[in-house]
Amino acid sequence: MNATVVISGIGLLSGLGEGADAHWQKLGQKQAGDDKTSAAAWPVVDEERFAPYPVHLLGPVDFSTQIPKKGDLRQMEPWQRIGTFTAGLALEDAGIAGCLELLDETHLIAAAGSGERDTSTDMKVLETISARDDGEVRANEILPSNLRPTLFLAQLSNLLAGNISIVHKVTGSSRTFMGEEMAGVAAIETATRRIMAGQGKLFLVGGAFNSEREDALLNFELGGMLAQNPFKPIWQRAGTGPAAGFAAASVGAFLVLEERAHAEARGAKIYAEIASIQSDRCNRKDGAAARIAGEQFAVIKDSLGEGPIAILSGASGAEPATSEELGFLEGLDELGHPPVVRAYGTGLGHGVEAHFPLGVALAGLALRNGSFFPPFEQSGVEQEFVGQPENILVTSWGHWRGEALAVVCKAGS
Amino acid sequence: MAGKRHLDKRGRPVVAVTGLGVITSLGQGVAANWQALVAGRSGLREIVRFPTEGLRSRVAGCVDFMGVEPYSAFELARRMASGVVDEALGQAGIGAVGAFPGPLFIATPPSELEWPQLTSLLAAAPENDTENVYLRMAEAVRHDRQIDRFAKLADHVRFASLAGHVADEFDTTGQPISVCTACASGVSAIQLGLEAIRRGEAEAALSVGVDATVHPEGLMRFSLLSALSTHNDPPEKASRPFAKDRNGFVVAEGAGAVVLESMDAAEARGARILGIVRGCGERADHYHRTRSKPDGSAIIGAIRNTLMDACTDAAEIDYINAHGTGTPENDKMEYQSLKAVFGEAIDTIPISSNKSMIGHTLIAAGAVEAVFSLMTIISGTLPPTINYDHPDPAIPLDVVANQSRPAKVATVLSNSFGFGGQNVCAVFAAEPA
Repeated sequence: MNATVVISGIGLLSGLGEGADAHWQKLGQKQAGDDKTSAAAWPVVDEERFAPYPVHLLGPVDFSTQIPKKGDLRQMEPWQRIGTFTAGLALEDAGIAGCLELLDETHLIAAAGSGERDTSTDMKVLETISARDDGEVRANEILPSNLRPTLFLAQLSNLLAGNISIVHKVTGSSRTFMGEEMAGVAAIETATRRIMAGQGKLFLVGGAFNSEREDALLNFELGGMLAQNPFKPIWQRAGTGPAAGFAAASVGAFLVLEERAHAEARGAKIYAEIASIQSDRCNRKDGAAARIAGEQFAVIKDSLGEGPIAILSGASGAEPATSEELGFLEGLDELGHPPVVRAYGTGLGHGVEAHFPLGVALAGLALRNGSFFPPFEQSGVEQEFVGQPENILVTSWGHWRGEALAVVCKAGS
Repeated sequence: MAGKRHLDKRGRPVVAVTGLGVITSLGQGVAANWQALVAGRSGLREIVRFPTEGLRSRVAGCVDFMGVEPYSAFELARRMASGVVDEALGQAGIGAVGAFPGPLFIATPPSELEWPQLTSLLAAAPENDTENVYLRMAEAVRHDRQIDRFAKLADHVRFASLAGHVADEFDTTGQPISVCTACASGVSAIQLGLEAIRRGEAEAALSVGVDATVHPEGLMRFSLLSALSTHNDPPEKASRPFAKDRNGFVVAEGAGAVVLESMDAAEARGARILGIVRGCGERADHYHRTRSKPDGSAIIGAIRNTLMDACTDAAEIDYINAHGTGTPENDKMEYQSLKAVFGEAIDTIPISSNKSMIGHTLIAAGAVEAVFSLMTIISGTLPPTINYDHPDPAIPLDVVANQSRPAKVATVLSNSFGFGGQNVCAVFAAEPA
């Protein structure tokens, strides 16, 4: 008998604001007096700072509300600050922040890339290496005086989790998964499976991404994955040639996942249940991704009931995956499940490692509030959802690799 | 779990090891490594890969025999991962050729562009007003899209790509998982495989750890943290775990792979059982980014959780494969924590640090040392801790000093502790609990 997995805490940080409720206010409800729905109001996109790449920026954040010690803040670059801050929000939301006994049994799984490089130091080193025959030797002299040990620690993938343990005292265990979107999927999937199998009861799971860094943008440009100006909603990027791609987002998304009985025993609020997660990876050739998605859908089809199905798509905008995913989702109509799709990346940007946790968090928010999100764009792809959703599907087709599908359902249903 | 014949004391499927693969600076393959290790040979050498003028630490355990020229951390890691998996699968004889019937868990170092690659990108970058050098390099890539000569570099910066290469080459099932718990990563990969088999999701799993990051920046970063040995001459004396005159670890490259299988599945196909993974345990520290809590509670907790998960009494542990990095801090904390768990008994449990000979293979260490822990059980020989010329009186452990020692070993505790406070240990055994 599998244990039931519930979402008992959500922490979100993006350009739209801080916390689960702020995101529901902005995304979950039609804005008063705005008959175009809220679409025009919320993407916080900057087209100039990293031109030609549109980037979803973070607004001003007082990180000290979750990371009170200056010494801790100094040891982190934005990526780790976003994640550590958001993890704190999730713990607070779940009612376990500061409860040392519970934190001591909390297992942490972070999805992470790596931290910001010091681009001005890199510039100096590169100029030296390029300019002289003995450039490599000279670089040895420049690097040690410019590399900061603290910055090195701010770059290590596992140090987001390390900082969360230090700042919030989460000590049950600590694991970090890597691999872009797949890292976020693996984090949520591993926690879910462990809870179901009795390998743990209380998990803090999520990821963070800082888009406001040129080194990361270069990395994604190497694969030709970035959207270029002008900014367009996700489903409208196909057909724009090399300008199709993802618009990176500064975003943090953490969830507290918990065995239902454990959550109930401590009187925790419950957003929703995670009923199922499936993940796979293919080489994306010849419709392989859609085949995988089809197999994943076949597994959960019978649990969905009748009628339209609410879908939060993690589509990034990168092609051809985005068009292929949309084609797959639209094909669900023929299987008797008219899809009502939302590409949440239109409003929030693409959070890479944090993107799937973000989608699962949004699903939890919608189910707790008893309605699905209004369309995020007006091209006609995203239709109104009538009534209260019982289940929400969350998809994750990575910008390069990885296909996953989660079913999040109303608590107790 | 109905129908399972081999269950541990807690009713979970017993997980066996049926294949091993390893590469370190001592060479390629389990046989070559084990022979060198029990002979007390060091793989540590003066670094020739890049100029070391002006650097305080000039010794490393480089893997320079895999035909990766010029050096590239990503390419070397890929080659080593492929090599150790190939060896482990050859021994296990599991699945069809190129089709492994289970998931992949791989501990990999961060992926980033290396200086030669950045240099070539910069050379192609347009001279213009864009202030940020990375945005200018991105411009070079955009303009070069037709030729796509930089597209291959995308492989180097995708954290999913190393796992992807291994998954493709050996056709593992499902989404491969890349894990990082710093210097404990290799054990975390084994722990993930163990958990998946215990959950009944798979009958087999492939757990791998790899690290190929001996490059100037890597060396300097650890040097700035005062973590590295400065005993440069002679290089084979650089790593001195548990010795009074230890002053840091030696960075090294390597890879390890283990094939995990449910004991039932392994027996059913008549595989040779090399050993058992009885259990893994972990504990995160909240004290400091690079130092353990002074009372050792996180390390102690990790060891106790491991013994509990392994259904193994402390008294059953015959030998300890130490984390034993050779930093003043680690070795002292490791001793004090072991003392707290084992009490007086720790005085007589033999312990050695493979790192005295192969250096610290960082992300790979837990997987590499798992292979050596299992070889210790199989061979009945305790590999030595070399350079143990001046015992530290503050660490009165039964260090297997300088020469290997014959011993019947049924149960090994292997420790791994990482920067960032991630502590993970494992118990390997000849027989199930």
